[in-house]
Amino acid sequence: MRYLPLSADDRAEMLDAIGAASVEDLFCDIPADVRASGVFDLPDHQGEMAVEQAFSALAQKSLSPACAPTFLGAGAYRHHIPAAVDALIQRGEFLTSYTPYQPEISQGTLQALFEFQTQVCLLTGMEVANASMYDAATACAEAALMAARVTRRKAVLISGGVHPHYIDVIRTQLAFTGIACDRLAPDPLGIEDLLGRVSPDLACVVVQTPGFFGGLSDFSALAAQCHANGVLLVVAVAEPVSLGALKPPGEMGADIVVVDGSSLGMPLSFGGPGVGLFAVREKYVRNMPGRLVGQTVDVDGRRGWVLTLSTREQHIRREKATSNICTNSGLCALAFSIHVALLGDTGLAKLAEVNHAAAVALSRKLAAVKGVKIVGPAFFNEFAVMLPKPAAEVVEALAAKGILGGVPVSRFYPSFPELENLMLVAATETNSDADMDALVAALKEVLQ
Amino acid sequence: MAKVYFSEDHEWISVEGGVGIVGITEYAQEQLGDVVFVELPELGTEVEKGDDVAVVESVKAASEVYSPVSGEIVEINEDLAEAPGLVNQHAEADGWFYKIVLSDETELDDLMNRKDYDAFVEDLD
Amino acid sequence: MIEGQVFPSVPAGTVTGNRGLVVEEPLLFEQGSVAGSGVDLPEPRDVPDGLGGFRRTTPIGLPGLSEPQVVRHYTRLSQKNYSIDAGFYPLGSCTMKYNPRLNEKLARLSGLGDLHPFQPISTVQGALEMMHSLAVWLMELTGMAGVAMSPAAGAHGELCGIMAIRAAQEAKGNPRKIILVPESAHGTNPASASLCGYSVVAIPATSEGRVDIAALKEKLSDEVAGIMLTNPNTCGLFERDVREIADLVHAAGAFFYMDGANFNALIGRVKVADLGVDAMHINLHKTFSTPHGGGGPGAGPTVLSPALVAFAPLPFVRKTKDAFELVETRAQAGEAAHPFGRMKGFHGQFGVMLRALAYAMSLGKDGLRQTSGDAVLNANYLLARLKDVLTAPFDGPCMHEALFDDGFLKDTGVTTLDFAKALIDEGYHPMTMYFPLVVHGALLMEPTESESKQTLDVFIDTVRGLAAKALAGDADFFHAAPRLTPRRRLDETLAARKPVLRWRPDVAD
Repeated sequence: MRYLPLSADDRAEMLDAIGAASVEDLFCDIPADVRASGVFDLPDHQGEMAVEQAFSALAQKSLSPACAPTFLGAGAYRHHIPAAVDALIQRGEFLTSYTPYQPEISQGTLQALFEFQTQVCLLTGMEVANASMYDAATACAEAALMAARVTRRKAVLISGGVHPHYIDVIRTQLAFTGIACDRLAPDPLGIEDLLGRVSPDLACVVVQTPGFFGGLSDFSALAAQCHANGVLLVVAVAEPVSLGALKPPGEMGADIVVVDGSSLGMPLSFGGPGVGLFAVREKYVRNMPGRLVGQTVDVDGRRGWVLTLSTREQHIRREKATSNICTNSGLCALAFSIHVALLGDTGLAKLAEVNHAAAVALSRKLAAVKGVKIVGPAFFNEFAVMLPKPAAEVVEALAAKGILGGVPVSRFYPSFPELENLMLVAATETNSDADMDALVAALKEVLQ
Repeated sequence: MAKVYFSEDHEWISVEGGVGIVGITEYAQEQLGDVVFVELPELGTEVEKGDDVAVVESVKAASEVYSPVSGEIVEINEDLAEAPGLVNQHAEADGWFYKIVLSDETELDDLMNRKDYDAFVEDLD
Repeated sequence: MIEGQVFPSVPAGTVTGNRGLVVEEPLLFEQGSVAGSGVDLPEPRDVPDGLGGFRRTTPIGLPGLSEPQVVRHYTRLSQKNYSIDAGFYPLGSCTMKYNPRLNEKLARLSGLGDLHPFQPISTVQGALEMMHSLAVWLMELTGMAGVAMSPAAGAHGELCGIMAIRAAQEAKGNPRKIILVPESAHGTNPASASLCGYSVVAIPATSEGRVDIAALKEKLSDEVAGIMLTNPNTCGLFERDVREIADLVHAAGAFFYMDGANFNALIGRVKVADLGVDAMHINLHKTFSTPHGGGGPGAGPTVLSPALVAFAPLPFVRKTKDAFELVETRAQAGEAAHPFGRMKGFHGQFGVMLRALAYAMSLGKDGLRQTSGDAVLNANYLLARLKDVLTAPFDGPCMHEALFDDGFLKDTGVTTLDFAKALIDEGYHPMTMYFPLVVHGALLMEPTESESKQTLDVFIDTVRGLAAKALAGDADFFHAAPRLTPRRRLDETLAARKPVLRWRPDVAD
């Protein structure tokens, strides 16, 4: 077996040194009848070629976005990843290293994470960022918990423009903590009244821009209203490319910013693994969850980096920790960071322009299709369209024509009949004019 | 003349005129190592004896500080924000944590004097 | 900026501070100008701007670097990292085993790695089949009734298990108040229980390093919702009384959460369902070889007993007669299911699951059984060949990891930390130190099945040599270690007292 170096002779010699007759004897603490029950209805080992063939067969059973014009978003966006990103994260020193608890032999990971934290601060306009979370949805839940710790209040309010998965994860995570969770109805038009609902009972208000339905918001007035009531404003961003063009949440007065980083540097991978970015105002740093890398010096006075402020974490505080998390999304954070490093200021700004212009171009083409209506206000690279029939049917019909045309909102909100005909459509730098024309032509046929 | 008392949780309290100054003992700071942060209670907080009122953190540990007496917090040591190392340098003087107006001075009877505390610590080692 | 100016102190004696292959590397932000970029993009289409007043008015502040500059930067950083590819990590409780490259290749296949999470279900049948296949492997290997696939890591799996327990208790009419956790547990256990609104009561260990049954009986009551028990425990010992523990817990109306962090010691040998387990997470990045990546991503699928399976979170894959379904909403789940909610965006750590399945298929049931056998053999070999020079607090045999305490360092002036740092200079990642907490100055070594006898023999000789050096009174040697690393011991007190958590232009030096 190719992953196991011990030979039969090695095993015999080692058993001899231990003074045991067999490997089985080493398991003597496990009740014998339990050991005997270990009969498994599973195949035996296979060579690399056989396993590869099995996975190739699985891959053939799906429609790859590489082979189909793709306009899917709803919190996951298809972007081109520079080849250097994957080459670098596959270096064994990054891929196969452990969490950097031993800083003397982990300066590579630590410096990269320190740079990542800085990039996140710059992109979001915030003061401090951690070394990443599992994903944006769990990061939103952590943000709500953190707000409750900071304010010592027991209620959160969630905008209807927040991604429904983020909402569900917040609700699940708060369910057993005694923190009440009020979420507003899905809001495709961007008309909900949050300002009027801010009260001194709330720990935080959670909002998103661009919103789940694509709409843009400036939360400056909401931030002021929150702060006047001692409430924290949590702003989620599902599409980090938007930060290349849009006013960052930090400038709007956000107290906690959560970003889904997976648009940059990592493949879609059916939605995971991704990475959650998490940034806060400096005064809240000790209430922040997640790992933090800090700068310091070594005994020779040379600059270096260590994990720091770890007394917030579960391995020290146990049940009083800020979170139960003990991992971040290290390699995904690295991929994000390398992609951002490659783009730089001008590259990210241009990528954002290309995305926005693609979406504007597509929206104009779709608006010309009979029966299709663009819904909602200004958007970045995704918008909602109202169709003359149920979006789920349209999407299936488009897929049958080899086009991944959009995401039906009913997939998230099956019990809202008024959303049944609503479809989310995204465009990125990966979409050609030919892709867009193919979508328009197919949609015309499907709607006939 | 202030009188100093000690708790089994390694806090000291120096009481004069119904007001106590509270900190952690020399022994406690030695056990913790380099103190990097002290989280202090809010002014005006009413605490019960035994409440966890503060947290003292070193690089690898965090310890709750339990109030040795009941009362109202009337002052906190602002210097610790900038210089948490004061707790290491002068645990039983400049490294104090907070001042409290005692609501029940008889609680002091449950605490130890210096001699008893020294003996208590001796037994721990 | 010249690198030598960034790093004024030059112990290497070179002009630059560089030491051959280990090259000093400034931060990204200390290189390049704002104007450059390492990505060539198409021009935006010529359409009216729709962003208006939402536009950013300030530059981001990122440096602009060309592709070769970026590649060199990260290549140099990588050279300052230890890794399992390059050396041995005897890192107890962390299971640093080899990460097969086949798994990386398969995760990048078109039709798997590039699928969008919200494609129509008819276009992702291969992906759902992959998730279902791994679920079948995990259920068969554990004998459990179901598995929640979406938890993103071990701690997330713990949360999933305790939430399922809480939901099940609530369904019975009373959530109860307490979760019992042995003293030796990972810190995640009490933290997870606390997030579910439970208070944590610790159970002491016996002098043998196992759960004290008498103490457990005393703490069990109708307010106890469940117990979280790591098995094999964090001392590397199998809890012999596990079935009695399960029976006692069940008799009290509570559930048994087994922390599966150490499942790699049991895989292919024991079905945990036979131990009376109600829920257990499996760290795919430990037992199933997916890469640690410098701290994630991981995955923590959580197997569930018949009593808990109805409460599993959304989403999950369901196999029908001729297709695979993805159940994403309560409406789809049907009346028999009572999902407690959703734990993660999208559908879980698909790419991590895929690597784990590739590993399971590569080794098969025979190979997986061999991994636990070799892992336990390697650990016992370390214990046997080191226990005369180091001090072992508990008798063997151990399971997949060998525990020592710092008794052998008594009166040498050398601490566990010093000893570990000296190992770094010898080319090893240190063992786990000061964990579990129940042992003084713990040194916990987990060799895994990936290490050859030769690697272990050289390591054993190294440890014995260092122990002799410590006993010979050469404490200064240990206090100064490590000497040969890109950085020597770092001032963690400074880092925590005056946190510098990001680069800023004015503190670049």
